[in-house]
Amino acid sequence: MSCHDRILLDDWHAVADLEQLKSGAHLKTELFERVLKVSIQPNGMPAVTLCAEGRDLPVQVKYGFVWTSLGTPDRGIIDIPEALEADRYLVSGGSFPVKVSGLRVVENFLDMGHFPFVHTGWLGEEPHTEVAPYQVELTSDDEIIATECFFHQPVASPTADGGIEVEYKYRVYRPYIVALYKTNPLYPDRMDYIVLFIQPVGPESCVVHNMLCYIKEGMSEPDIRWFMQLIFAQDKPILENQIPRRLPLDPRAETPIRADKVAILYRRWLRDHDVNYGAIPAA
Amino acid sequence: MTTDLQSNWYPIASSSDLPKRHVYQAQLLGREFAVWRADDGYVNVWENRCLHRGVRLSIGINNGTELRCQYHGWRYANRTAGCTYIPAHPADAPARTICNNTYPAQEAYGLVWAGELAVGELPAIDGFESATVLRPVPIMAPQKMVNQALLGYAWDDTCESAENSDGSVTITATDGSAVRVFVQPVDSNHSVARALYNRKVAGEERIALLKRHSWLMQELRDRTETQAARQETPAPYEPVIAKVSEDLVDIPAISVDGRKADLRVQVARKEMTADGIASLRLEAIKDQLPTFQPGAHIDVHLPNGLVRQYSVTNGPGETDHYTIGVKREPDSRGGSVAIHDTVGEGDVLAISAPRNNFPLRRDAVHTIFIAGGIGVTPLIAMARALNAQGLEFEFHYFVQSDDHVAFKRELSEFEGALNIHKGQSPKETGETLTEVLANPGYARHVYICGPGPMLEATRQIAADKGWADEAVHFEYFKNTTELDDSNSFEIDLARSAMTLTVPAGKSILDVLRENGINMSSSCEQGACGTCRCGVIEGDVIHQDVYLSDGEKAEGRSIMTCVSRAASNRLILDI
Repeated sequence: MSCHDRILLDDWHAVADLEQLKSGAHLKTELFERVLKVSIQPNGMPAVTLCAEGRDLPVQVKYGFVWTSLGTPDRGIIDIPEALEADRYLVSGGSFPVKVSGLRVVENFLDMGHFPFVHTGWLGEEPHTEVAPYQVELTSDDEIIATECFFHQPVASPTADGGIEVEYKYRVYRPYIVALYKTNPLYPDRMDYIVLFIQPVGPESCVVHNMLCYIKEGMSEPDIRWFMQLIFAQDKPILENQIPRRLPLDPRAETPIRADKVAILYRRWLRDHDVNYGAIPAA
Repeated sequence: MTTDLQSNWYPIASSSDLPKRHVYQAQLLGREFAVWRADDGYVNVWENRCLHRGVRLSIGINNGTELRCQYHGWRYANRTAGCTYIPAHPADAPARTICNNTYPAQEAYGLVWAGELAVGELPAIDGFESATVLRPVPIMAPQKMVNQALLGYAWDDTCESAENSDGSVTITATDGSAVRVFVQPVDSNHSVARALYNRKVAGEERIALLKRHSWLMQELRDRTETQAARQETPAPYEPVIAKVSEDLVDIPAISVDGRKADLRVQVARKEMTADGIASLRLEAIKDQLPTFQPGAHIDVHLPNGLVRQYSVTNGPGETDHYTIGVKREPDSRGGSVAIHDTVGEGDVLAISAPRNNFPLRRDAVHTIFIAGGIGVTPLIAMARALNAQGLEFEFHYFVQSDDHVAFKRELSEFEGALNIHKGQSPKETGETLTEVLANPGYARHVYICGPGPMLEATRQIAADKGWADEAVHFEYFKNTTELDDSNSFEIDLARSAMTLTVPAGKSILDVLRENGINMSSSCEQGACGTCRCGVIEGDVIHQDVYLSDGEKAEGRSIMTCVSRAASNRLILDI
């Protein structure tokens, strides 16, 4: 099954972590089941080649990742002002291959209800399981924003000391790019930022690249990476046990509850944009 | 073709694959199953995905009575596969229609049998009544090819094989020993040969038997897989995942089922559990009883035409019966007397499915239960649910004397959390409650059920001690409010786009029913909460005892059986 969704083909996708790429000569990876070779040229710039045709693809380097497109991008890579703030670290937690549709990964990222069960003792713990009502909207920029998301967490971040009520804000920029803003325990008025750049390898597999923009104070880069890997390692076995692996867009395929408000809008938004790759289209 | 395959019974597991509290992953015709045995011995064969987000239930937790999904902690009941709890919304009762897909299953001859559309009983396997289950052998080949190969299976020169009408193969030797092999079609190119040996053997003899057949089966497997590899691999089965019911698409789901008594149950046991209190164990006559949740009640339609509500006292996963407690009321209008005097063991009663208007939150750090007399029944079910989850609670039970303590066996489960207060005067009760309710706080909740005056007093003490309205949950037995139905007003039905007039002497519920609008109800006296309806606009004269004072002041819902409009018009969310 190849990708026919223009909105995806004409977009930029992260395909390699530049630091990792520099440590090896080149790497082979896949985007929409097309094999790509990503290499470093003598001038230090990365190049991306579509192996089957030997054709060079457009390349950009941003946020420490190599980005490419199989089509003709009609918009740029997303803007992340937090990445330019000097008092924040820019850390990647690592690029994680996952045997599930990237759309399922986005939906899991938007979900608070699983914290007490999947991230027990870290992002949630029983009996504090309630997902309080929150706000969801589709912005004029065609992004999905969820706000006023509060959750009781035992260890909300690498530096958190004891349980706190954490506030989240979620943002879906593109079908395969999702971010969250989260209470910083030291600065109540600022938020840490985590974004996932998900590389659709196939309809049922992906690589989850990520960037963490944490406020530096009281934090170290190894701790940030360790925490991200801990949390993602808890998500991965759940994600890989979802049946079907692709995200079903038919409203009657699965059973939503109020806590899934943002996921319901996400599925509808994918339907409205004819995003079928990684999805099971509604009949 | 596929349909024929689906209607057959196949072994999908050995009984020994289901040790205590395990969940086994099986597969038939491409469809995955989560197979688990509850502590009462019942074997559940369910579709291997949680209805919420599709996560495999085989990675879930079998707690002996329920299966819990690893992803969001949704709980599904033994037997019914109905969802009993959604932790993300602890104050809500899950819609009864949230029910996992179950498949016909039987356990016999040391094997677990299932079929996607199998009907009737598993046919008897003559000559294998006392058999030994051989080691199952997976073979990467189509079922038919394996069956064909089995016709050549032999452990000595005297073996003769024959295919049975169900597709299995029996191999018999002249010494009378026989093996019958059933081939489980896991997928189009993946089978498991599951065999029975016609004698029960143990110890060394069994080990030798298993070794011998494992060896022979391995040879058969190699031959068959080689043969299968030479052929084109058939496309895998693509099992259709059934859609969830229409009413679950929009959230939240509200069930509409009127005051019906669709279920027929038999009184399996009736005994006096305390002075003046009978406990009745009700079992389904056929089919499975629907899922209940702690706090739920059922309507019991009595032989004398009266309808009464009784709370279910069952613990989690006790899904093969409902147990209720009935107190003989001295001023009975005929309900409790009928149950005490005329209903006996073996009698059939018509009951409604359980409804839960007194839901239990399970996100509290501490829960206080306060029961007065027969009000203990819903609280027993609640405390048993918390107890099973290891959540902290204390249980206060006010009774006249030791003879009035009902359900002692169930109460004994609570051990140190149980406090029985005997023979206290109203004043002493008030003092005890003042102590019990001394410390309101974050994530602390109180559940009260008992006679009206005690309930009123307890709510007042809780309010005085600073307990928030939302943290105090209560259920009245009956509404003693003097009802006034003398005014007339209009109701606009926002969703049905109808305007109706409610005349004096009729309730909103009556008028809705007369106009063909299906509205659930149960007690029809403003106590149980079943006929609750949203109010979009207009002022309400609340005459019920279900809503809290805060909810009444808010004016966003109405009990349509007793409450009325204070204004000329009400806009209802129906």
